[in-house]
Amino acid sequence: MKIILFAFSLLFLSTPTKLVTGDGYNIGDVATDFSLPNVDGEMVSLADFEDANGFIVIFTCNTCPYSVAYEDRIIALDKAYKSKGYPVIAINPNDPAAIDGDELANMKVRATEKGFTFPYLQDVGQQVYPQYGATKTPHVFVLQKEGENNIVSYIGAIDDSSRKPNKVKKRYVEQAVDALLAGESPSTTTTKAIGCSIKTMR
Amino acid sequence: MKPNLLLAILLFSSYSFAQSTDVISMDYQQLKPLLYQNSESIQVVNFWATWCAPCIKELPYFEELNKLENVEVLLVSLDFPKHKEKRLIPFVEKHKLQSRVVHLDDEDENYWINEISTTWSGALPATLIYTKNRRGFYEQSFTKNELFNEVKSYF
Repeated sequence: MKIILFAFSLLFLSTPTKLVTGDGYNIGDVATDFSLPNVDGEMVSLADFEDANGFIVIFTCNTCPYSVAYEDRIIALDKAYKSKGYPVIAINPNDPAAIDGDELANMKVRATEKGFTFPYLQDVGQQVYPQYGATKTPHVFVLQKEGENNIVSYIGAIDDSSRKPNKVKKRYVEQAVDALLAGESPSTTTTKAIGCSIKTMR
Repeated sequence: MKPNLLLAILLFSSYSFAQSTDVISMDYQQLKPLLYQNSESIQVVNFWATWCAPCIKELPYFEELNKLENVEVLLVSLDFPKHKEKRLIPFVEKHKLQSRVVHLDDEDENYWINEISTTWSGALPATLIYTKNRRGFYEQSFTKNELFNEVKSYF
């Protein structure tokens, strides 16, 4: 009985917003592929992009002001780098049961409103973000394709000025992808920025 | 005095009649001393924002903590600078927050997140608890019990 009570109390101790802290990826790790629903109704996998040289995977969502503040900059990244072989793949890691506004239907509305030029996928069952080690939105993982594998080459922020786009001095993701395009390793491989905790029921 | 200035003052004073709430904005170098106070009290520093739902949910627990003897709570808002007057200050007034509230306005997040804690990925809410002898950083939401139990462990 005591064990049952203990287990029961653990259930209540876990809050809807508690982070699922896996170790996640380090630079150089092989990133997992996935098959997730896009706002257009199709399922999307990294393997679908046969011509890509890599990916700019961005965990982001509808409901986080930091994500919203970065929407235009994410669109700009896709426009700049998709043609060079590094498309943006946006994944919403939030459990829509834990927060209003992050249902696939809401995502579709936002993608249409903003004219997203990239897939905006729902992490159904919250299976993908813990493997990557995303802890917040937005959270970027730049991947470099090497044969069949996608190697994690950069983890972190889009740039160094989340709240003031006009004060950006360092464009971390651009620097990382530019380095990969030049056949080099990014000089800055991990950065941090403020973001919203990922919303789950666990 | 120009009439429109007088009008502005009248409007302002009728708007905030009881007390004029001011939330000081500071950069990390100005905040830093508040994260290293040489105090006998347990210092609890909560990083939050008015738009952060889990932050707002746990805010009353921090307000209750602040009432305890030997505990001092500092609420560090990461609201957008453009929302300070429209959202942050009205929120502080509406909820009559008693804990000290400051607004961290410093763009170099990649620097100060690691300075505050290398274990912090940058997600909100997050909380620093420290005494002269011990520091702990928590990138998580707290229930009331969790928060009080954690702070008690610093006594």
